This record gives sequence, structure tokens and C-alpha cells, in this order.
Amino acid sequence: MNAVEKQMLAEPKNYKYLFSVSIILCILFIWSLSTVELRQLDSSGLIIASNIILGILNPDLELLFNFTSSGVAYLLIETIAIAFLGTIIGSILAIPLAFLSASNIVPAPISSVTKILLIMIRTVPAIVYGLMFIRVTGPGPFAGVLTMSLTSIGMLSKLYADTVEDLDTSVLESMSSIGCTTFEKIRFGIIPQLFAMFLSIMIYRFDMNLRDAAVLGLVGAGGIGAPLIFAMNSYRWQEVGSILIGLVVLILLVEIISNKLRTRLVRG
Amino acid sequence: MYDKIFLPKKLTLPNGKIIKEKRSRTPLIVILITISIIVSVNITGFDMKILMDRWSQFFVIIGQMIPPTWEYLPHLWGPLMDTIKMSLLGSLLGATAAVPAAVMASSNITRNKAVSGVAKFSLSILRTLPTLVSALIATFIFGLGTMAGTVAIFLFTLAYVGKLLYEQIENVNMGAFEAMESMGLTRIQAFRYAIIPQILPNYLSTALFCFEGNVRYAAILGYVGAGGIGLLLNEGLGWRNYPNVGIILLMLVITVFIIENISEHFRKKLN
Repeated sequence: MNAVEKQMLAEPKNYKYLFSVSIILCILFIWSLSTVELRQLDSSGLIIASNIILGILNPDLELLFNFTSSGVAYLLIETIAIAFLGTIIGSILAIPLAFLSASNIVPAPISSVTKILLIMIRTVPAIVYGLMFIRVTGPGPFAGVLTMSLTSIGMLSKLYADTVEDLDTSVLESMSSIGCTTFEKIRFGIIPQLFAMFLSIMIYRFDMNLRDAAVLGLVGAGGIGAPLIFAMNSYRWQEVGSILIGLVVLILLVEIISNKLRTRLVRG
Repeated sequence: MYDKIFLPKKLTLPNGKIIKEKRSRTPLIVILITISIIVSVNITGFDMKILMDRWSQFFVIIGQMIPPTWEYLPHLWGPLMDTIKMSLLGSLLGATAAVPAAVMASSNITRNKAVSGVAKFSLSILRTLPTLVSALIATFIFGLGTMAGTVAIFLFTLAYVGKLLYEQIENVNMGAFEAMESMGLTRIQAFRYAIIPQILPNYLSTALFCFEGNVRYAAILGYVGAGGIGLLLNEGLGWRNYPNVGIILLMLVITVFIIENISEHFRKKLN
């Protein structure tokens, strides 16, 4: 028996564990199969679906290249504005919550209470927030901004808190050993560590917020979502096609730019 | 360009050498962001005064949700389980289907540039397509109900996991793969023994993370008739039956909390 074989035999075996996990997974899979119901599937559905896809592939070019306030271009700009403001407000509000939920900054009870609060904020669907904010501001993009900022807080604080928990405290110790004040420690010890990561998380969330714009339309909170939902509900698939093309191109563009920015930020 | 307008600062070192320090970009970025904020405020009609005057209105609906109607709870179990089943099945199938799609899309395994390009492009399109749109189209094909929601979640998971997976495959260390190929293993065998061990933990963790998000997202799909607890939520909101909405949200939060903790436990184990 050579060294390689010995090493291989010495490797810990967790077959039992893997086996039980896969059994549980199989049971869950079979249990969830009960949602599959194909009895409503007939040829008329397929015809409607192919019509929809044909409509989307033959977009309404007039709407796509219409630059007035009901054209796709303006709606996209409005969506960007909503996502941008929502991200900015959300990311500012998320900072105190992130520090309150970081377990290396505050005592354990406070951090777990804040974490539960964050899960609640994250779980309530955007539709519910939208309705609440429409009471405050009336329908329109303003309500969209507020909804976006509230839904952003949940995820942003969680990711911020992960960064804060990874904070390198030895830097702070060495700074206090050479006699820095608390303010200097925050300015030169903590902010440089966090700033790039926070910005990168913000850009990532901006990306996501653009994608979630369709959801805001459900409650009449402005952006490109509302015309998209209206067009879908009234079966104007060519309009849906032109809106979707605008949205997809915008999201892909923003994604490319934000990926470039984020790699530059993280590499410094 | 920027350096030509704002000339770099010149510093003379003790040994007489002159070096240039580029001016900081921060003021430019701050100005750009300020302009964008002002433009966005104008477009969206953001008004601090309204917010200050009427913020208390936000809590009116929350106030009406308390106390939630506990008697409604027995009606909730079915749809809640439907939501979980939808996201579970969609995530499982989507994550499985993502493997061949990712292999096709990664340019170091698929030598044919056209195939990998087309696969990458279709994954991006699928990912940017709003889930609500795919769910609505699915309701026309599969009828109203959980099946449509499952299909929408399947498509989203396929695109999301597929993208992260092909990025990982492309960044994988190819040395072992090439060595195995030169030893005479087929490409599939080499993939199995050289690439899969490198990507498996990350793949499983991405799939779990996606599942977590899908449970949350499945709640919205009810709006387009794609089944699950979203249907009841919409009904409650539509009839302004806020105590019912309260209990639905409470159950949703508890479910998501449990699922998140389970998935976090496994993801920590994978790392």
C-alpha cells in the first residue's frame, strides 16, 4: 500500500450523513411534485403562448422610439431615477441598522433583535409596502422611491453587517497603542476598510432594484412596471415586447458597467 | 482627460527627483452623484415636506393588521405549503438544469465559441426577464395555479445559478483537467474528476441561496394567478381585509425565518 492509498483511506467518510441528506432531499422532491398538474395543458394554451411570444418578438417600434413622456425612453429614465434614489436612501438608512446587527459591535441580544427586524423588513412583499406608501404620497414615482428604499434596507443591512463582522480589529488595536483618538480610529481605521465594500454592495443593489422595477408597477408606484403590467393585462403583446426590449437592454448595460466598477472598487 | 484639466501636483523628493501625484477623482464623482440625485428628485417628485407631514399614514395599515385574525390560520396551511412546494420544486429542477447550461456556456469546456456565446446570451436574457412576465406567460400555457409559478421559478433559478456556475467553471484551475485528458480520460470523465470537486461546494451554496430568495419571491407570483399564498395576500389586500393580511405576513415571516436558518446552517457547513 503506497502513501497515496493510505491518505485516501484515512480521509474522513461521511457517507451516512450524505446518504440521509439525499434521502431527505428525495422525499422533499417527491412531496413537492404534487404541485405539478398538467390537466389544464392543452393545445389552445400552446397557441396562445406562441402568439404571445410572436407578439413580443415583433415589438411596437413606434413606442420603443417615442421620446415623449409616454415612450419607453422616458419610462426607463424614470425607472433609473426611482432605483437610484431608492438605493441611495436605503443604503444610508441601512448603515445604522447594520452596525446594530453586527454581533462584534453590539451585545448579542440587541444584534439578534435587529436581525429579526431585518428579516421582517425583507420578507414583507413589496406590494404591501407599496400600498402603505401610496397612503402617504399618493400613487406615482415618489411612492416607488420610498418602497424601493424600504425593500433595499433589508438586504443592504445584512450584507453591510457581514462586512462589519469581518472587520480587522488588530488595526484598531495598533492605532490605540500609538495614541489615536476615537475619531481618528474611525476615520483612518474603520472607514477605509468598509467604504469600498459598502459602495460595491450599493452598486449591486442598484442593479437588483432596476430589475425589481416591474414589481413596483403592481401597485401603481411609477416606473416602467406599471405600463408593462397594463399592457400584459390587456394582451397588447407588441407593447410588452417593446417595453421588455428596453428593460433588458438597460439591465444588461447597467450590469456590465456595475461589474466593471465593482471589480475596480474591490481591487482598489 | 481629467488629468489634463486638473494638472497633477508636482512633488520634489529629497534626492531632487520630481514626481507627479494625480489629483483625486472624488470631487468629480461627488458632483456627478449630486447632479444625479437632483435630477432624480425632479423626475420622481420626491418631496420631503409631504413625507414629514404624512409619514404617520404609513402606520395606519400596520395598525389595522394588529391583531391578526387567528381564526384564518387553518385556511393558510394549504397555500403556504403550495408556496414552499413551488419554490422547492422550481429551485431543485432549475439548479439541476443549470449544470448542463453552465457547461455549455463556459468557454474553457465548450470549445465552440458560437455555442458558448449563444448559451451565455440566452442565460442573460432569461435572467433579466422579470419573473412576473414569465409567470404570466406560464399561466397561459399551464393554466392558473401552482404549475405556472413553478415554471417561473424554474426559469429564474436556471438563469441565476447557471450564470454564477459558468463564471466559476471559467475561473477554475484547468491544470488538473488537462492532466487527466492527457492521461487518456474522456472529457466527461475529466470534468467529473477535475472540475466538479472544485465547483461543487459553491454550486450547492448558490442553489441554497437561490432557494431562500425564491420562497420570498413566490409570495408575489400570486398576483398573476400563479398560485401559492400570494393569491390570498392579494385577495386580502384587494378587500382591504388587513387583519387577514397581518396573519399571512406573520406566517410568511416565520416560514422564511425557518428556511433561512436551515439553509444558512448548510451553507456554513459547505464553506
